[in-house]
Amino acid sequence: MNVLDLAILIGIGAVTLTLLLCGWRLLRGPTSVDRVLALDTLYVSLVALVVLLGMHWRTQLLFEAALIVALLGFVGTVALARYLSRGNVME
Amino acid sequence: MDLHPVIEWTAAALIVLGSFFLLVGAIGLVRLPDFYMRLHAPTKASTLGVGGVLLASLLLGFAQGRAGVAELLITLFVFLTAPVSANLLAQAALHMRLPSRASVPEGVRSHQPPE
Repeated sequence: MNVLDLAILIGIGAVTLTLLLCGWRLLRGPTSVDRVLALDTLYVSLVALVVLLGMHWRTQLLFEAALIVALLGFVGTVALARYLSRGNVME
Repeated sequence: MDLHPVIEWTAAALIVLGSFFLLVGAIGLVRLPDFYMRLHAPTKASTLGVGGVLLASLLLGFAQGRAGVAELLITLFVFLTAPVSANLLAQAALHMRLPSRASVPEGVRSHQPPE
């Protein structure tokens, strides 16, 4: 095992811990904005996890998946934040 | 797959640094006391963390003679959208009049709820 594989494994462990912490805030979060913020952080960390898994398995297929995860996360966060501040998503 | 040691060590350092920043952002999200502080921690740290991981992936792709278009697109997208979504969340929190521990600056209309 060379240093790069070790670094990828450490990164996968740390990002998994990040996802667990965000999930704790998502379940606990006192206000609804806290939950939306936790979901946004979850999506951004998930992009990093998908890219790390793509490097670990040595495949290029997962980068497009990471792009789609990033897109869906942004759209979801914008829709939820607009719903919280205006009461509806689109007029 | 034989990589140059400099490229290998640089990519490993970028991966470890990026995942460390993501972890710090999540710890801030869990530990900080009010919403505005919690908004501050992960939005900055996670941008840097994802940027580090994607930069390492881009470096490895170039070392193997592959142009990483998807990585560049993801980096650009995350760097553009993270401040926008943080701004929208802050607007929603101000609209809901969430209490803040920090004092309101001079000359700004107070968003604190009346006691």
